[in-house]
Amino acid sequence: MQEAMIKRAEELFSNGTVNRVLGWKSGEFAYDHTPAVFTSAEELERDFVCDDFTSANLSKYLVKETKKDGRILAFLKPCDTYSFNQLVKEHRVDREKVYVIGIPGGPKLDIEKIKAKGITGILNVKNENYTLKIETIYGTSEMPFFEAVSGKCASCKSKKHVVYDELIGEDGDVLESDRFAMIEKLENMTAQERYDFWRGELSKCIRCNACRNVCPACTCEKCVFDNPDSGLENKAAADSFEENMFHIIRAFHVAGRCTDCGECSRVCPQNIPLHLLNRKFIKDINSLYGTYQAGENTTDKAPLNDYKLDDCEASVVHERGVE
Amino acid sequence: MFRKITAERLNQLFEEISAKQGLYIPVDREDGTAEYKKYESGMKLSNALNTVRSAKDFFFPQTENLAAFKINGKNIEIEDIRRECEDFVIFGVRGCDAHSFDILDKVYLTDPVDSFYKNRRDHGTVVTIACTRPSETCFCTVFGIDPTMPGGDVTVFPDGDGFFFLANTEKGESFLADIDHLLEDGDASRLMAVQENTRNVLKKLPLAGLSTESFGGERLNELFNSDKWGELSESCIGCGTCTFVCPTCQCYDIKDFNTGDSVVRFRCWDSCMYSDFTKMAHGNPRISQLERFRQRFMHKLVYFPANNNGEFGCVGCGRCLQKCPVSMNIVKVMKALEVK
Amino acid sequence: MNTNDTLIPLLGIVTDIRQDTPDVKTFRVVAPNGGKVFEHMPGQCAMLSIPGVGEGMFSITSSPTNREFMEFSIKKCGCLTSWLHMMDVGQMITIRGPYGNAFPVETELKGKNLLFIAGGIGLAPLRSVINYVRDNRKNYGNVRIVYGSRSKDDLVDYQEIIDEWMQDDGIKVNLTIDNAQEGWDGHVGFVPNYVKELNPSVDCIALVCGPPIMIKFTLAGLKELGFTETQVYTTMELRMKCGVGKCGRCNIGNKYVCKDGPVFRFDELDKLPDEY
Repeated sequence: MQEAMIKRAEELFSNGTVNRVLGWKSGEFAYDHTPAVFTSAEELERDFVCDDFTSANLSKYLVKETKKDGRILAFLKPCDTYSFNQLVKEHRVDREKVYVIGIPGGPKLDIEKIKAKGITGILNVKNENYTLKIETIYGTSEMPFFEAVSGKCASCKSKKHVVYDELIGEDGDVLESDRFAMIEKLENMTAQERYDFWRGELSKCIRCNACRNVCPACTCEKCVFDNPDSGLENKAAADSFEENMFHIIRAFHVAGRCTDCGECSRVCPQNIPLHLLNRKFIKDINSLYGTYQAGENTTDKAPLNDYKLDDCEASVVHERGVE
Repeated sequence: MFRKITAERLNQLFEEISAKQGLYIPVDREDGTAEYKKYESGMKLSNALNTVRSAKDFFFPQTENLAAFKINGKNIEIEDIRRECEDFVIFGVRGCDAHSFDILDKVYLTDPVDSFYKNRRDHGTVVTIACTRPSETCFCTVFGIDPTMPGGDVTVFPDGDGFFFLANTEKGESFLADIDHLLEDGDASRLMAVQENTRNVLKKLPLAGLSTESFGGERLNELFNSDKWGELSESCIGCGTCTFVCPTCQCYDIKDFNTGDSVVRFRCWDSCMYSDFTKMAHGNPRISQLERFRQRFMHKLVYFPANNNGEFGCVGCGRCLQKCPVSMNIVKVMKALEVK
Repeated sequence: MNTNDTLIPLLGIVTDIRQDTPDVKTFRVVAPNGGKVFEHMPGQCAMLSIPGVGEGMFSITSSPTNREFMEFSIKKCGCLTSWLHMMDVGQMITIRGPYGNAFPVETELKGKNLLFIAGGIGLAPLRSVINYVRDNRKNYGNVRIVYGSRSKDDLVDYQEIIDEWMQDDGIKVNLTIDNAQEGWDGHVGFVPNYVKELNPSVDCIALVCGPPIMIKFTLAGLKELGFTETQVYTTMELRMKCGVGKCGRCNIGNKYVCKDGPVFRFDELDKLPDEY
């Protein structure tokens, strides 16, 4: 796969289709790949990587990249194509300036899940028939591949590329996922249990803003939380409830635009399951306004931006809030 | 003779310490990571190499109140809300974090002394623990730290079936005197073997060969003007994860919070990676992520050593390597800027 | 906790407010029991605050030889300064300092001819030195002040310049405004050009303060006239929070403007990265 991608990228370089390639650059270890823009075949040969650990969603980089001159090749996994479409729809990304090659998605691995098994000093990770052979300073360890799959891939919603100029590998289908199972579990809790759950999770927040900054739906030029004139700017919580507000407000702001790419939870240094907030909104939108998938195309009006006479009344919120 | 405690009696020790003062130990979380928690009966010392948040929190908390103001018409009354901190013990600090305290001291204990920091420092006893299973992300030895001799007020050396104690300071001696009845004489021969083994592992770590030669105040302008910063900062998403998990990042903001009947002035961690860090009413000298990214690494690798006799502002704990959302970190920066 | 901490401010009362220009006011501040809140040297700064609004670093524009009060000339340009401009006499503010180094009035500047070059609100830090020099006149040689602003109305401390500085023997004052206007028969043109026209003798120390672009062109002009970087001083301004080199944001290279500055000699500044 990686070789095919490099080869195709080099062709598109040499025939002048693109002048840059957005992909991943290999790091110090087997797993620490960094999103990167490549400008030459030599760079691609030397550093380009696509493997079980290239889970970062590249779409948001295109906001910045499509402001530059020339066309850029972007390798997008199925989930990333939804983010891409959404960004095109919101006029954040210039579609004309991107050559999209759809590549197969995960499941990608999460190094923390390997480390959580007590495996440390990791030098190399190899997937042999869905058993991970992990070479470490202290010897070799093994674990089942699926126990190391990243959270966002474990509840994959779609293997289908919703936008591409060409594909490498096969296109897949929208999946029947169980991604709302945890939401249902939360809905079935008592208000107090649910409150305790979220307080427990959100109190871990260190306000690093990684979730916001990585989020393809968070592309405001100036976030209210960074703007001293907004009256909401806060780098630190003045009381213990404020972190909760940050995440709840953010979830509201991306509601209807969040494609459920899972980057927020992937990057959270404290492993807060932030995607659950967004998923709750997705589930509610589906049940209140009919099934809707943000980023599925660039034309459909989002339910929250579209008024229909038979829309549910605002009182639904009140009714649903009653225990 | 070395004094030791058997692994089974460790919790008895925790009970005794925590009966007298606040005791903080690293404990495991469900997701396999670790965090410092105030000891309560039944808690178990984590085996994790390090906590997600560093131990700097104990001396430089993420937020802390500085003063309060009562406002009445044109009048203001200032209230000094500082209180003498209670004694506390942090147990299980690794060598990297212990060394980060020396770095923080160089900032906060030099004139004018930061009384908030000093208060906590004076009342805290640091019990370090020697590393026996360093990780691939560790590179403390690059900065001259020996994680098998991690310092602090007291050092604890695990040898597989127990823990040896060694006092390094007066505070440490009095701490040990208080718990001596729980300790017994131990044969340190096995400990020596454990240490030897760890030292061998340290030499073989993938980042052990990282060089600091190219860094320091002498190359300030050369490094600042390097054309590598553009490429290095390209992937940076401008979040504060590296800053907030870093044990040596010490920049702060000061803000006011109106509680309704008074104004509380507090300080909080800040990050040079944030767009508003240097923003003024009439402009910003660091307009893009390139400048902000450069500042963070220049501070640790050039400015700090320039002002502190060559000492670097990094302890090689590896947290940024593990936590950066895009896996860009100080090791990659050092390798890219290194003069070969 | 009996130790002082520089982050905990003192109180000051605003006893006089002077509207200097349409967007600059000069505030007189004394301690609640009268007298100055603290002593300072020319060029040093103080953190002023209205609790709940914010804190900001301002140059102390009065001379330390003034035994009764401190003054601050503040241009309205952000949130805090807008609030300060809304204050009435009698308002309390918080104040801490003094912060930073000072112009070397007792060392390098002593016995020398002095050339002050200011643009707009840049006069504020220099006013402290000018009045210090006037009050210790015998310690310094000839003094020349070149000061310019956008218009006549934007000249800070105009009354003091006319009534006091211009009446002083041994002080030459050259004023200029950017564009000609009615009621102004003085020089018209930008400060850097005016300095070149005036062709001052290089036998002096120059103190330059103003907007970055003005400083840049003035320095270039002075060099053309034969000045070296070691005889030109300026003051810097960057965002600050602590005032004592710990909060980590006002650095230029390894120097903190709040602690190692705000006064820099140009040869010192030249060694630092161009990030200000």
